[in-house]
Amino acid sequence: MSDVVEKTLTALPSLLSLDSQPGAGKLSITSKLGSLIKNITELTSKHEESKLIKKELSTIKEQISSPHTTLRQMKEIMVRMIYCEMLGYDTSFGYIHAIKLAQQGSLLEKRVGYLAVSLFLNENHELLLLLVNTVLKDLQSTNLVEVCMALTIASQIFPKDMIPAVLPLVEEKLQHSKEIIRRKAVLALYKFYLIAPNQVQHIHDKFRKALCDRDPGVMISSLQIYQQMIKDCPDGYKDLTGSFVAILKQVVGGKLPVDFNYHSVPAPWLQIQLLRILALLGKDDQSASELMYDVLDESLRRAEINHNITYAILFECVKTVYTIHPKSDLLQKAAKCIGKFVLSHKINLKYLGLKALTYVVQQDPNLALQHQMTIIQCLDHPDPIIKRETLELLYRITNGQNVTVIVEKMLAFLWQSKDEYTTIDLVGKVAELAEKYAPDNEWFVKTMNTVFSLGGDVMQPDIPNNFLRLLAEGFENEIEDKQLRLFAVESYLSLLDKENCNFPQRFLQVISWVLGEYSYLKTDTHPEIVAERLQKLLDQSTISQETKSWIMAAITKLASDSVCSSTVTEIAEKHSVCLDTVQRQHAFEMKALLDDRELMKQILPKDASCEDIEVDISLSFLDEFVANALDRGAAPYKPPHQRQQELSQAKALNFEPYGLSLPISASSYSIAGRQSPTGLSLSSGLSGNSAEMTQKKGSNSLKLEGVKKVWGKEGYLPQSETAQEVNHPSASCPDVEATTMEKLVENASVQSDLLPVALNVKDQEKQQLASSLFVGIGSHDTLSLMGKSENNAQRFRKRSKLKEYSKETERLSRDEFSLQSPPQNLLDNANFSESSENLNGLGTLFTSKFSKKADSTTLDCDKMSKQEMLTVPTKGSSLLFTSDDMVVVKPSHSPAEISFLPSSNQYFSLPAELSQQAHSEVVQLAYNDFLSLSACKIYQKDCLLLVVFITSYSSTPITHIELCFPQSKLKVFNSAAHHFHSLEAKSTVNCQSCLLMEEPCAQLDLVGNLTYHLESEEISELEFSLTLTLLDFVRPLIISTDDYGKLWLSFANDVKQNLNLLSNAKDPLTATLNVLKDNLCLHIVDIIGKESIIACQLLPSIPCLMHCRVHSGMLAVWLRSPSPDFIDCLLYHCQRILQEK
Amino acid sequence: MIKFFLMINKQGQTRLSKYYEHVDIHKRTTLEADVIRNCLSRSKDECSFVEYKDFMLVYRQYAALVIVIGVDDDENELAVFELIHNFIEVLDKYFNRVVSCKCDF
Repeated sequence: MSDVVEKTLTALPSLLSLDSQPGAGKLSITSKLGSLIKNITELTSKHEESKLIKKELSTIKEQISSPHTTLRQMKEIMVRMIYCEMLGYDTSFGYIHAIKLAQQGSLLEKRVGYLAVSLFLNENHELLLLLVNTVLKDLQSTNLVEVCMALTIASQIFPKDMIPAVLPLVEEKLQHSKEIIRRKAVLALYKFYLIAPNQVQHIHDKFRKALCDRDPGVMISSLQIYQQMIKDCPDGYKDLTGSFVAILKQVVGGKLPVDFNYHSVPAPWLQIQLLRILALLGKDDQSASELMYDVLDESLRRAEINHNITYAILFECVKTVYTIHPKSDLLQKAAKCIGKFVLSHKINLKYLGLKALTYVVQQDPNLALQHQMTIIQCLDHPDPIIKRETLELLYRITNGQNVTVIVEKMLAFLWQSKDEYTTIDLVGKVAELAEKYAPDNEWFVKTMNTVFSLGGDVMQPDIPNNFLRLLAEGFENEIEDKQLRLFAVESYLSLLDKENCNFPQRFLQVISWVLGEYSYLKTDTHPEIVAERLQKLLDQSTISQETKSWIMAAITKLASDSVCSSTVTEIAEKHSVCLDTVQRQHAFEMKALLDDRELMKQILPKDASCEDIEVDISLSFLDEFVANALDRGAAPYKPPHQRQQELSQAKALNFEPYGLSLPISASSYSIAGRQSPTGLSLSSGLSGNSAEMTQKKGSNSLKLEGVKKVWGKEGYLPQSETAQEVNHPSASCPDVEATTMEKLVENASVQSDLLPVALNVKDQEKQQLASSLFVGIGSHDTLSLMGKSENNAQRFRKRSKLKEYSKETERLSRDEFSLQSPPQNLLDNANFSESSENLNGLGTLFTSKFSKKADSTTLDCDKMSKQEMLTVPTKGSSLLFTSDDMVVVKPSHSPAEISFLPSSNQYFSLPAELSQQAHSEVVQLAYNDFLSLSACKIYQKDCLLLVVFITSYSSTPITHIELCFPQSKLKVFNSAAHHFHSLEAKSTVNCQSCLLMEEPCAQLDLVGNLTYHLESEEISELEFSLTLTLLDFVRPLIISTDDYGKLWLSFANDVKQNLNLLSNAKDPLTATLNVLKDNLCLHIVDIIGKESIIACQLLPSIPCLMHCRVHSGMLAVWLRSPSPDFIDCLLYHCQRILQEK
Repeated sequence: MIKFFLMINKQGQTRLSKYYEHVDIHKRTTLEADVIRNCLSRSKDECSFVEYKDFMLVYRQYAALVIVIGVDDDENELAVFELIHNFIEVLDKYFNRVVSCKCDF
């Protein structure tokens, strides 16, 4: 708010400097603008006004385009245009002239030009770019007024992209000798901070200088920036708490010039802003809060003058006192202040008091008790805004006892209110309270009915959804659930009985769902009757198409329950000729289901809306179809982004043989979010699978084939899709809200006798109301009541079924994993240190064993890593894999990269336990005269260990070395930053970090920097980067054929692709697979004839399964994984490798 | 945060408007009409603050001229209320009795 005061104040002197004597800007009736305004005021109708202005605008248009118009006239025209635009008439034809005027005019004309630009244009307007040069020129001007104008426009509107162009000039102005320029520069920087915070990051220390400026105006403007920055990140500015307190002390103590006084209160808006900053800093921070107590006390004491502005300061002070770490005597004083406000006869103060009370009632419910009679009075206040604020207050003190009264009051207000925003807000609150504290079923259903009919179609869609979910999921008690549902059914039937009632669509949807799902509970009403009611509804003209679908679904459900009823058949017949396709489809589905009773029972089971429906989203029952099509030579499915790329490539002439579709260069490879090629389908007969699966077990053939057969037979039922849609009201998750509310009422206890007895109440009724409203609020000891809150525990527990479900599946899949791939346990972080110790031992064993062979420095790396793998298995299990099932731990995509350097020759010596593991060559990342950085990748089982060597060339020690590589796409364990106090001359240190990929990508660059101090105390920096590929993070996944079959089914994303086959080899399949295995770190699970299955995983645990078969000279691969990105990246590497061969 | 500043006369005509956030020119007219309706319909003994959509209107009347400031939710209404008066005092000083004769034609 005070930024406006600031702007007004800063604008005034420049105005004064422009006009020699005050009052020169006065309008004279003889001026053109004056007569225009006079004419408009005299008109009586809007129509006449628009006629007049249109005429005015056409003259302006004519004049503006005339070449004879002088700048002086242009200035006058601009002013009239501003006025017309302000009245809501479009003058965009003249915007360009405003910019011209700002460019070319002399001082006063320029000023009007700038003013017009700031009023006409917005930040994103394209014409604004034309202004940048003018602003640049004026910033460099020697005329102070021009500089002022340029700074003002920069603080009002400036294109975000052009900030770097003017930033140095504006920064320079912070040192200007005139305080008005410094002030405006600070405001311009504030604007820059708001639209592009990153660009002004480097001048934070200059802001501090502005805060300490000798001119209070500059200091005040800098507070704008600080308030915003502290709001964004309170922890970064705790050290300034003392300064802000000191400033406030000076202001309160009247140390500012008298010019800043307003009705003899020193700089009130500044005080308010400082109080806000203090609240932000002191929140949840005891030590910062302690610094403030004195000055807050002072502020509370000083504000004794009876004037609105002191009350405004008091209000802010109270808010701050209740926001920061509490101090009891301050709280007492603040509470007294609130009391003064609430009891005041001035309505504005009363409002402020209620607002303050609403704010503090969460911490101090007793305060609401003290003022309960006033609150009751406010509830009946003629001014709706007071009522509204009171309801807000009541909403916060609601508990199990007073909920009925409070909700009644809220609904009464809702009946009167016409405002849409109020309705949406209040309806949401009522629904929330009803769900949480409903005393009984009847009340709950009735309240929700009112909510639905009042809230209509404007309310938040999650209200009906939550309601339906509550009904469907039920609570602990089975009988009560039934009662609630039955009551809902009864109340809806009676509602539908009434003639000519117009319910909102959402309400009708709720009604039809409940009737369809639960009318079987009402045994004394025949489903036929319910169906008739619904039919009547269906025939109403006011019903929307969406609602009709809900009703049709409900009728279908009813039909499944009863023996063939004539009404249903009639409806089905009638709507099967309906013009609306969706409805017609519903009708046909209904008909089909009526003919097949068995199927109907199966798809529409009774009271099963909460049962989870098994969905096979990979459409695996179509696998056979797809495989057959592929066999017949159909093109495999390609994800959209791939097709796009092919299209763009196809434009150029292609001399390459067809086959590979992905481009080879990694840089052009983009990973677009790949949609799973599958839609949604339902397979209702899942039980059949397991039988066939077990039957297949033990047979030698690939599991894949068995799988296809299982899925092929079940029919695809589009009907069940609608059923599912209805059955699962979307489960949004209001948990967060719920918990905050819980906290709110946690402090409230159930003791109605706590009400203060000494109340001089005249009105018996009001007291009654009060006792019913404030029952259960207030306590003597809030702390001890924490346990008691269970008394009024939520009746309707909000559950997020979806969440639980996903957690469950997550857990399940993990369990499955650990069962299927025992080595995974070893990858567990917790086991890591132990296992590496073990490795160490085995490693030594291994070196001695192989050192005879390893007489040359380089070894056959492939063999090396294979052999090494033999020794890697850890803890207890000596050898996990037999030799033909051997697994390569690390790919050697370019074999030269992996070398096994003997430590004696090596300048960079890896720690002994690491040098035994597969690792890459040590590569130099960056160097300068003093330092060199090198790195080595160690391919560990559970992560990629990056060892960075820092070597000093300097003859003197280097101190304060800090290495950091903040990565967005990588997960870095241990630490992304390393610090060394000092590095001796000519020595080397190393630091290790474990890396994991957050999201699969083909390759990424690890960028980081090293900062260090040389003798000269200067901080120097060395930047480096290292390319990591997906393959650095891929490890084999060891599983059995059986497990493979199970896993295959559980993955949703699949891709089919043809790859080159190494056809010149003896056994093309095995040769190709071996190449892939060695380079990609895959595990070949099984090879049968012309087919093979392969498994691998992306660390930490994204598996990918491949199925390969030789087909007409190509290798048809079929990949499945939970992550579509992983498949894409892996395919890319497969293609790259096979093409290189 | 202040969103907009309006001066309107008793007949419901806009005399001055300034928006601190970009509002489409066609939306301004409807917004102003709403604001005018909301503020002018209130009596003297009612609160000077009105809720409008998701923000608050703070208004103050000087003879036939009403000044309305639209602020967001976490603003101190009373401080804004006094700000209006401060603004008027400044105008008054600069233009010499502006309230009664100039803005209010």
